[in-house]
Amino acid sequence: MSWTFLLEQILNGLQYGVFLFLVAAGLTLIFGILNLVNLAHGSLFMVGAYAAALVFRLAHSFIAAFLLAPVITFAVGYVIERLILRYVYARDHMDQVLVTFGLILFLNRLTVILFGSASQPFDIPDSLAFTVDILPNTPYPVFRLVIIGVGLIVALGLYVIIARTHMGALIRAGASNRIMLSSLGVNVRWLYTWVFCSGAALAGFAGMMAGPLVSVEPGMGDEMLILAFVVIVIGGIGSIRGALVASVAVGLIQIAGRTTFKVVLADIIGSTAAQSAAPALASMSIYLGMVAVLFTRPQGLFAARKG
Amino acid sequence: MTLLPSPRAAIALALLLALALLPFVVPEQGGVFLVNFGTRVMVFAIAAISLDLILGYGGMVSFGHAAYIGIGGYAVAILSFYGNDNGWLQFALAILGSGLLALLIGPIALRTTGVYFIMITLGMTQMLYYIGISLGQFGGDDGFRTRRSLFAPGVTLADPLTLYYLSFAVLMLVMIGMHRIVNSRFGTVLRAAKSNERRAQSLGVATFPYKLAGFGLAGMVCGVAGALNVNLKGFMTPDYMHWIRSGDLMVMLLMGGQGTLVGALIGAAVFQVIETFLPDTIEALLPGQGQNWEVLFGPLLILLVLFFKGGLISPIPRRWRGGR
Amino acid sequence: MSELALKIEGLTKRFGGLVATDKIALAVVQGEVHAVIGPNGAGKTTLIGQLSGELRSDAGRILFEGRDVTRLGAAQRASRGIGRSYQITSVFLDFTTLENVAFAVQARSGHSFHFWRDVRGDQELTWPALAILQAIGLGGRAGVRAADLSHGERRQLEIGMTLAMGARLLLLDEPLAGMGADESVRMIETIRGLKGKQTIVLVEHDMNAVFSLADRITVLVYGRIIASGVPDAIRANPEVQNAYFG
Repeated sequence: MSWTFLLEQILNGLQYGVFLFLVAAGLTLIFGILNLVNLAHGSLFMVGAYAAALVFRLAHSFIAAFLLAPVITFAVGYVIERLILRYVYARDHMDQVLVTFGLILFLNRLTVILFGSASQPFDIPDSLAFTVDILPNTPYPVFRLVIIGVGLIVALGLYVIIARTHMGALIRAGASNRIMLSSLGVNVRWLYTWVFCSGAALAGFAGMMAGPLVSVEPGMGDEMLILAFVVIVIGGIGSIRGALVASVAVGLIQIAGRTTFKVVLADIIGSTAAQSAAPALASMSIYLGMVAVLFTRPQGLFAARKG
Repeated sequence: MTLLPSPRAAIALALLLALALLPFVVPEQGGVFLVNFGTRVMVFAIAAISLDLILGYGGMVSFGHAAYIGIGGYAVAILSFYGNDNGWLQFALAILGSGLLALLIGPIALRTTGVYFIMITLGMTQMLYYIGISLGQFGGDDGFRTRRSLFAPGVTLADPLTLYYLSFAVLMLVMIGMHRIVNSRFGTVLRAAKSNERRAQSLGVATFPYKLAGFGLAGMVCGVAGALNVNLKGFMTPDYMHWIRSGDLMVMLLMGGQGTLVGALIGAAVFQVIETFLPDTIEALLPGQGQNWEVLFGPLLILLVLFFKGGLISPIPRRWRGGR
Repeated sequence: MSELALKIEGLTKRFGGLVATDKIALAVVQGEVHAVIGPNGAGKTTLIGQLSGELRSDAGRILFEGRDVTRLGAAQRASRGIGRSYQITSVFLDFTTLENVAFAVQARSGHSFHFWRDVRGDQELTWPALAILQAIGLGGRAGVRAADLSHGERRQLEIGMTLAMGARLLLLDEPLAGMGADESVRMIETIRGLKGKQTIVLVEHDMNAVFSLADRITVLVYGRIIASGVPDAIRANPEVQNAYFG
């Protein structure tokens, strides 16, 4: 296993971590502030990918897809929030789980009905489809570097919003108490809708960036959803910083781990067995990691509030 | 205390009666299909009742319950794979394996509450799921065919009626047993812990051992359901323990009413009816769209939760009754 | 019957620089209702906390039925027979009144790993529970869900559960707080009904209740006892009048 190979895997892991972060950041805010368990968040990731794929196909412009996908996802989030979700904020988590579970079924199937179950064509735009040497003789796709860069910018942006703005102050206060908020003169309904739609837009943004790299197909958000939940549980509910740290860790294990484990295991149990065992081992490590974190710090690493 | 059973209990009773009589009234044509359908309802009723113990009565929202269906299934399937068809052994292993898993997961998961508990139980199930997928020799995520269990010469679960009667017997046993348990001192501790755990503890009751025992009991019963399930399908795949299957069990409890035991039977029946007949109905009306039945099921679920939280039997929609 | 249920010597509690209770010395006779009154911030709730074991005292001794319990924690004192009621009621809202008390009885009777016998028909649980409900005046509400009880009834239920735990000393911290006229009367009667059978230390602001129930009254001001004696003596005491109206 060469250093360049390792570096490549680490970068891939970071890039996957960016997707996770974008999805998890929205999820942790939604859960932290709205106290809503949103299983449909992975579906919003899917909506973003589909929106981007379609815009790209119709407008032949990646810029258009880049701008419109989050907006479209924001709008879809708005519809969901207004029609359904605002009625379950006050319910217990089990009810929210069932409602958002129904949403997943509906959205996944609707996608199949509208677009079929085959994956949508969505390739890396030509303008970004080249490699660059990050080290001598080490080519790495520019598109993936762009993703990492974008992720850092978004993380920075979220930090600025939360640390420096009025709304951010409310978020930091772990303000999940509607009564307290409204007595502070905040229009709670509006704030909740805004937070949810922003979270949706973040997920859609991740979907848009992931589109060219993965298959844009129904149900693509399901795996992302589970991992995002693992991330926010490890990182601490309501904490953006925790989501960032945990996303990077989980992303590295999920991607870099897979290939690394495969290489290591191939020597021990043979390459065909390693082929299927490695991803399983990587996933198991993630869950075991989550268990370990919860064992020592039951509220997650950087908990802003209790779950 | 009224002598008349509640509407829910009455419906459940009617269902049990129908299930008891079904083998005698099935037609020659399609009889096997109906018998197997009945078995399917009963198998999932057993699984759902076991979940009701910890979720409906104990307040533990476990997203990992499908794992036991998987363990029960693998107990039968793996033994069968290696040539051992002994039903007694297979079922015993299903129960033991499930109990073991519960003992492994319980101490870790039960230290947490709320969404953390949901995530840990979900995570545990997914781990098993991934192990199942990675077991290439057993077909990986494609699964593999398996022979049926044999309990005595001539008494094999390959015969639909034998499987049916066994499932019915298990269902009756489980229903009666669970009924006694939830009203016993043990069940009262679980219910108290769900209602106000701190108060129970301040009364001097250490809730953890009871919750763990309940967790284990539920797991073992569900393991039996898993063993029956693989006998029904003749096929074993890790899909049986995917977290979405855990969600299915919760939906069954939602439909029939959680915390009622009989609701689990009703919910399982309704769910199986929908899952079995809705796709074909849609297919008949809109050819080619039958496989997309979930697009109707999703909104149905949402409406149920929003308006009929007590299950389909609730006379008054919950929102009108006033929330908590 | 005039043995001491409770003897407090030199009891002190400091929170940082603040002395909340200052060398409190008190003797409570078995079966009496002993009221502790005083203006806000006098240290009454702190004293209750020290007696129940939730607050660890910095100095002094607490002798319950002749035995030193100063170093024991709340759970241990509870098992010895010291029970406390809370201002924020915490009962099992999904259970009926009877089931609430029966569960408290069950909690006292060893482990609960019994899987078959129906608790509703278990006389070992239901008889004592009913008896307690009668004693506190909730007999007629036995089958009502706790969630449907009034605030006052829930506080009565709380006391009932404390009794079911075998409490011989009841520490009641403002049991009439937040109650309307009717409920207050009922609560006062409940407490009166327990006189003699239990020993009660009562912290209250409602002077009607205090003077109607108490056998003896102790007045606390800024953590110190300024007077202690029978109600008439306290009523006439100029220092007490000063503390309240001066």
